[in-house]
Amino acid sequence: MNPEMNTKTVQEILVDVDKCTGCRACEMACSAFHSNPKFSSINPAKARIRVVSNELTDEYVPVFAGNHTKSGCDGRHVYTIDGRTYSECSFCRASCPTRDYFIEPDSHLPLKCDMCESTPPLKQPWCVEVCGEGALVYSKREVKREEPSAAALGQIESGLQALMKQHGMEAVIARLKQIGREK
Amino acid sequence: MRYAETGFNLEVDLTRGSCERVATQPDLAEHYLGGQGSAAKLLWDRVPAGTDPFSPDNLLIFSTGLLHGTPLPACNRTVVNTFSPQTNLMSHSLFGGFFGPELKYAGYDKIIIRGKAPDLVYLYINNDKVEIRDATHLRGKGSTETGDLLKTELKDQRVQVAAIGLAGENRVFMATIEHNHASASRGVGVIMGDKRLKAIAVRGTRAVNVARPAELFEMSQRIHQKMAGSSGCGDWMAVDEDDSFHHNHFAWGNARTRRPGYWNKELQDRWTKLKYDNMDRQTGCYNCPKKCRNVIKMPGGPRFGYKCFGKDTYHMAAFLELDFSYEILGVAQEYGVDSYSTPQVIAFALELLEAGILTDKDFPGMPADARGRFFYLLEKIVRREGIGDILADSVSHAARRIGNGAEAFDHNTTKKFEQLPIKLGKLNPAYFLMIATGEKMSITQIEGSFPQDPLPTEEQRQEFVNKWEAVPNEKFKQYFLNWKKRSDISDEATCDIVDWNEAMHYIDDSLGFCGFVSSFRGQFGGDVPYHMNNIPEAIALATGMEMDKPKLWKNFQRIRTLVRAVNVRRGLRRKDERPPEDHWAVRDEKYEQELLSKYYAFKGWNSDGIPTRQTLEELGLAYVADDLEKSGILEPAVEGSR
Repeated sequence: MNPEMNTKTVQEILVDVDKCTGCRACEMACSAFHSNPKFSSINPAKARIRVVSNELTDEYVPVFAGNHTKSGCDGRHVYTIDGRTYSECSFCRASCPTRDYFIEPDSHLPLKCDMCESTPPLKQPWCVEVCGEGALVYSKREVKREEPSAAALGQIESGLQALMKQHGMEAVIARLKQIGREK
Repeated sequence: MRYAETGFNLEVDLTRGSCERVATQPDLAEHYLGGQGSAAKLLWDRVPAGTDPFSPDNLLIFSTGLLHGTPLPACNRTVVNTFSPQTNLMSHSLFGGFFGPELKYAGYDKIIIRGKAPDLVYLYINNDKVEIRDATHLRGKGSTETGDLLKTELKDQRVQVAAIGLAGENRVFMATIEHNHASASRGVGVIMGDKRLKAIAVRGTRAVNVARPAELFEMSQRIHQKMAGSSGCGDWMAVDEDDSFHHNHFAWGNARTRRPGYWNKELQDRWTKLKYDNMDRQTGCYNCPKKCRNVIKMPGGPRFGYKCFGKDTYHMAAFLELDFSYEILGVAQEYGVDSYSTPQVIAFALELLEAGILTDKDFPGMPADARGRFFYLLEKIVRREGIGDILADSVSHAARRIGNGAEAFDHNTTKKFEQLPIKLGKLNPAYFLMIATGEKMSITQIEGSFPQDPLPTEEQRQEFVNKWEAVPNEKFKQYFLNWKKRSDISDEATCDIVDWNEAMHYIDDSLGFCGFVSSFRGQFGGDVPYHMNNIPEAIALATGMEMDKPKLWKNFQRIRTLVRAVNVRRGLRRKDERPPEDHWAVRDEKYEQELLSKYYAFKGWNSDGIPTRQTLEELGLAYVADDLEKSGILEPAVEGSR
């Protein structure tokens, strides 16, 4: 069996909040790359990464934009780690109606990190490229695909039963064999 | 559409309570760039010569640099200009952080503030929405505390705030404008307080456009990488714990006592431990890979940030150790006072007490120890209580108000401004000219491109010049190669060197670049990422203007000369251009005055330090010449009078 079929590529941005200096070069580069034409305008409010910072509490958390949610959470969260309290929702990646973060300021459409998808692909996303401190590190790795789940197996089973009922078992098996040979 | 700049200023009149978004002249940047350059033009055009700094007609101008908001790294220094009650001349101040770029993203190149509010207000700028709001609930609040309160009040953590503390509210001359852990000193906080403006909160979500995107971004990334990996830029004091340079060579107390041999290994180890035991992290300014600011949190004290020599000034003035600076810096930051001049003012007062010019009656309830005394006087000054009300007017004015021989203790000011506490042996010609003629008031804002000292061997000098990219002209390499003894250098070279040093500061302060990656840093190692040979390209790519080295140099000369004219119109003359008399032990009045005359001639100024008509006309400043002639400051033109 082809090993490629059994793996998938996972891209990660590893965030080390202890190393962040709060310079926001990541926001600058992100907004430049995603402007049209590329690099023609800079606007950190359009960046798909933002550094949640508070000089008074020594809080510096780079967060990159995740999925859009239509409604806010029922409850907010505030983390305290090593005695340091982080501001409300500071680790949340969603663009949601309760905050104007990760909402395009002109169109009000949600923004989402696309890992600087590009043809040909970049070595790493721009935010990572400009982070001189290693607070952001890009990683790309192959992971094994998971075996089909019980639910998925159940779906296959009922589908095959329906086909066999309509066309007969032999016709279905013959066709499956043929597909296997072609692949 | 304009590139790099927004093309709009925000005009605020606090007396009338009006805010207006006003388009700027399209060709202004070509002649005056932005930042201090275009601010000097505004001060010249709009503030009549006789205007008292405390008059509502005085302007307080917050400027972005021309290149703020572009991808160019370390371009974030906000420029503040006004007229100072301390010097009665143009105040020039800068602060790092995020304020300037945010202002540009809000759609403005400058905030121009005139008038005075009836009571404490703050200015809230959210793109097009601009409001003057009541700030009486912020009265007496600390500067960074104010920033935090406003972020909560405005429900926006992304707002950037510049605020004054108690010192500014009470019109203390040494008051600063604070932004996060950055600070604008040299006479601007006092005017913000006088205008009853507690803070400016700005939020911007607009784009800054650039003319040649791909090329500029490529250039920016090249410079970004060079900066990140280079020890030739940034503040080396953030990483090098050997601070023998300042402690052994600078003067302690009221700029009096040198303590050669003070530094030792045991001290260094102990102070290094104190720093790293109490340091949260080192932080950077907007879009800069360097991390110059040390953020310290002492048990029970406020969190504060410092950089460079700000680490040393308090404990050196008090003859104490680093732990004292760490104790007082956080308090001083919240009050909003300048860490360069304030310790000198306090040390000056204690000297007067020791000399019997002031007595115990002037200091009721003052503790006996140095630590307690500094805190006591800081409180008196920021509240303008008792003797503090006099001291709050800075050393020079306080000495005159106290009288009775106190004037003799005002020994370290030039143009009435406290200078760095440096007392040396033999005259250094370049430093004589820089301190004498500088109008940015502190030597750190004037020196910086040509090395402070020669290298000992020919091989070292050759090696240095071989990789010296920053020189605007090959002649500087020759000057350096032939330079063997510090004071042994031709007058011609001295004039050129001082001019180049000044040029880089005037350019940085108009574009928004930080001195640590440009104008200030070349003197230590020569390897700076921004210099005369690449800045013109950066301007051209960002703004779309045609720019080359000669044109940029002329821009420097135009801005420099205009600043001189602004101050000349307010009375600045040759007699004021004197470094502290004890700056060097060995002086030569005749030689110094000859050198000064040569430098004036080199600059195209007359023997009293006033730019001649010919010079002004060559720089496109004929309107300045007309005004100076009309007011009798310049003699009407005679052919060939230069």
